[in-house]
Amino acid sequence: MTTRSAPITGELLRLKEEIHQYALDYGLDFYPVVFEIVDYDTINILAAQGGFPSRYPHWRFGMDYDQLSKSYAYGLQKIYEMVINTDPCYAYLLKANHLVDQKIVMAHVYGHADFFKNNAWFKSTDRSMMDVMANHGTKIRRYMERYGQDKVEEFIDRVLSLETLLDINVLFETAEVKHSRNNKEAEFKNQFFHDDDEDGRSNQLKSFMRSKLFNPETEEPLPEREEASVVRPKRSYISPRDIMMYLIEHAPLKEWQADILGILREEAYYFLPQRMTKIMNEGWASYWHSTIMTQKALKSSEIIEFADKHAGVMAMSRQQINPYKIGIELFRDIEYRWDRGMFGKEFNDCTDMHTRENWNTGAGLGKEKIFEVRRTHNDVTFIDEFFTREFCERMQLFTYKFNPRTSRHEIDTRDFESIKSKLLLSLTNFGQPVIEVESGNFGNRGELHLVHHHQGVDLDIGFATDTLRNIAGIWSRPVNLTTIQEGKEVTYIHDGKEMKPLK
Amino acid sequence: MDHPIKRDHSRFRNIVKGKIRDNLRKYVSNGEMPLPKGDGSYKIPMPSIETPRFKFGDQSQGGTGQGDGQQGDPVDGQEGEGEPGEGEAGEGEGNKELEVELSLEELASILGEQLELPNIEPKGKKTMLSTTDKYTSIGTVGPDSLKHFKRSYKEALKRQVATGTYDPENPIIVPIKSDMRYRSSTQKVEFDNAAVVIYMMDVSGSMGDEQKEIVRTESFWINLWLKSQYKDIEIRYIIHDATAKEVNEHTFFRTRESGGTLISSAFKLCREIIEADYNPAEWNIYPFHFSDGDNWSTDDTKLCLDILENDILPASNVFCYGQVESRYGSGQFYKDLSGHYKEDHDKVILSKIKNKEAILDSIKDFLGKGK
Repeated sequence: MTTRSAPITGELLRLKEEIHQYALDYGLDFYPVVFEIVDYDTINILAAQGGFPSRYPHWRFGMDYDQLSKSYAYGLQKIYEMVINTDPCYAYLLKANHLVDQKIVMAHVYGHADFFKNNAWFKSTDRSMMDVMANHGTKIRRYMERYGQDKVEEFIDRVLSLETLLDINVLFETAEVKHSRNNKEAEFKNQFFHDDDEDGRSNQLKSFMRSKLFNPETEEPLPEREEASVVRPKRSYISPRDIMMYLIEHAPLKEWQADILGILREEAYYFLPQRMTKIMNEGWASYWHSTIMTQKALKSSEIIEFADKHAGVMAMSRQQINPYKIGIELFRDIEYRWDRGMFGKEFNDCTDMHTRENWNTGAGLGKEKIFEVRRTHNDVTFIDEFFTREFCERMQLFTYKFNPRTSRHEIDTRDFESIKSKLLLSLTNFGQPVIEVESGNFGNRGELHLVHHHQGVDLDIGFATDTLRNIAGIWSRPVNLTTIQEGKEVTYIHDGKEMKPLK
Repeated sequence: MDHPIKRDHSRFRNIVKGKIRDNLRKYVSNGEMPLPKGDGSYKIPMPSIETPRFKFGDQSQGGTGQGDGQQGDPVDGQEGEGEPGEGEAGEGEGNKELEVELSLEELASILGEQLELPNIEPKGKKTMLSTTDKYTSIGTVGPDSLKHFKRSYKEALKRQVATGTYDPENPIIVPIKSDMRYRSSTQKVEFDNAAVVIYMMDVSGSMGDEQKEIVRTESFWINLWLKSQYKDIEIRYIIHDATAKEVNEHTFFRTRESGGTLISSAFKLCREIIEADYNPAEWNIYPFHFSDGDNWSTDDTKLCLDILENDILPASNVFCYGQVESRYGSGQFYKDLSGHYKEDHDKVILSKIKNKEAILDSIKDFLGKGK
């Protein structure tokens, strides 16, 4: 396995040093970047595992690998690069790529590396994730040896149903907040379970292992935890949207189950900032590969190939927006506008098209502004603040919807307001429904109660049913979900076998 | 050592095949086989298992796209622009179906891979030798029509560089006679082998369109596989109700007769065809019979077994009987055959085909023995 990737040498190493220097000159700021060269099979493996060489055993990695290998074999898709948000930052180059491709990729990677280090939403990610993931793998493998692969895998399958039920605010849990939360927890547990606590484990570990709630001899939960406890004061320091954490704290889990839930939660939160900044991150990296290549690194003999590759990455699609394209154009637009002072009250109030178009105060703030934007924004705020009417028209955007009469998807409108609101809606809460825990003692029966905050689109009830079944399997008591279907509020109850509307 | 993901991969494959973790099978989407689209391209389904999650329902919400067009213009239909996958960690969902152009050989190899079919060891091998010319090497002599321009100019360039007559400022290369290179052939000896597939189908009233569609699909894949295994292959078609006749492919799949069923009529005709045209010492013979299992009388069934045992089986590689389930068929013939030939009989393969989904299993039954 260790022989699957190799450090770069020779010409590539020289190129890396060259591009590294350009990136520094432009003011990019990043952790050291380690480039490794890999073959196509290895890059498929890495991509299937979210970029990491070692993960826990699970069929879904095999599934992604299956799909990537097939598309590669049929020549339909090829992964050019991958970069991992760690310190040092690991990036993989595909062995079979041309030198020009490798240059583009390197320049692109430095853009990502800068974004990872500086964007606010990445502030709390664990930069030693390479080791953490490998440890997670070892732990889960051990649980599988002990309790059986099927049993452990089945539990993981259930937890994966919850993987999207995250609270983005948890990303801003600073060390202090975490610390005080752990303290409160300890206090709480001492108060309610008066047990010995001096086993020397760190607070962090305990928070999801809850080791002290178990009798280490039998590995069974202590009697009072056999079912979701009925008497439970509401604890405000767990976010109601952080459902995985809620289950770790309140569901009657065995130690290994709580541990796995904690592991998967940690991994889900690690990937969350990347899901929230797809447009910005790709836009920023593309902006820099384009800038570095065209202003510095490109030889005249390479222009055609670069243009071809770059155009491929920027290709527009009629079915979905290309984050690379929208991202890079938006950054360029911001730079242009701030260079010419096209912002602020005076500009916004100006209604004369001609004056607006030729507006130029010579402000020259473009570079400064885009660096600031990459530090403070995520996709939602990025679009909300900088997606203007002019930009929307220039990008030829439209919304489409399904026409049942022709059974085709058809262009619906090019109206700026509707496009923007549709875009924002698709990005809000990283495109997932907002689900909150309302109570762990619903109807005083120890049932879990979840509430869907309806924002105009109904849930897919088939999927919701199966998801609830998986949650009920973890909670071990019925689970209720309140949502809106076709304009009416309904509450469903799932008892682990079937789902019914609650009378 | 293999990467651990290979274990994840085989676990996934086993889940898809329903061998393990049966409770996940309902989340498995798509079958396994490529579907012909009619224009030379095939849809390759990618089996996937979708983890249930809370998600927004309904396609009517549509999405946002980019490009030209008026209100009301369709946005689909020009997929596959092949957005270069600059993969990013933590990304997943994509298009789960591939559309590719495949040659028949490639398709056959996918089939073989999916069903884990063994290669066939043809009988009558080495009886017919043939030689072919393969242009795989380069020589210094040959006719102009076989001139290899690139190699010739390369030689010329080498010579000019070596003799110092090459000028990078004015890179003109003039090949002379000794620079010329020609494609040249080597002779290869190959063993010919030939096979004939004889399809027999019951077209009596009880066989409906759905049953015929199953037979048609199944025969397509069987032909595909056998064609990939043999150099020459002939295909003969027999239809029968109470009497049998030989027809062409078109008629075979479109005829619908009514009336009774005498399976022996088809077997007799099959015997005649073999005797007349195919010497079992040189030909690999594959009789396939499809019916819904109804036969007129037990006497006729006895006659069938006689012909099968004494004439058809000794000549054939293997005899395959596929019973298509139909509303009217009794399925008796399968019972009669299976009473006579046990499951592990090495020349008679029986298979029940319940519905379209069972086609693959039945192909595997037929061809899985490598005969």
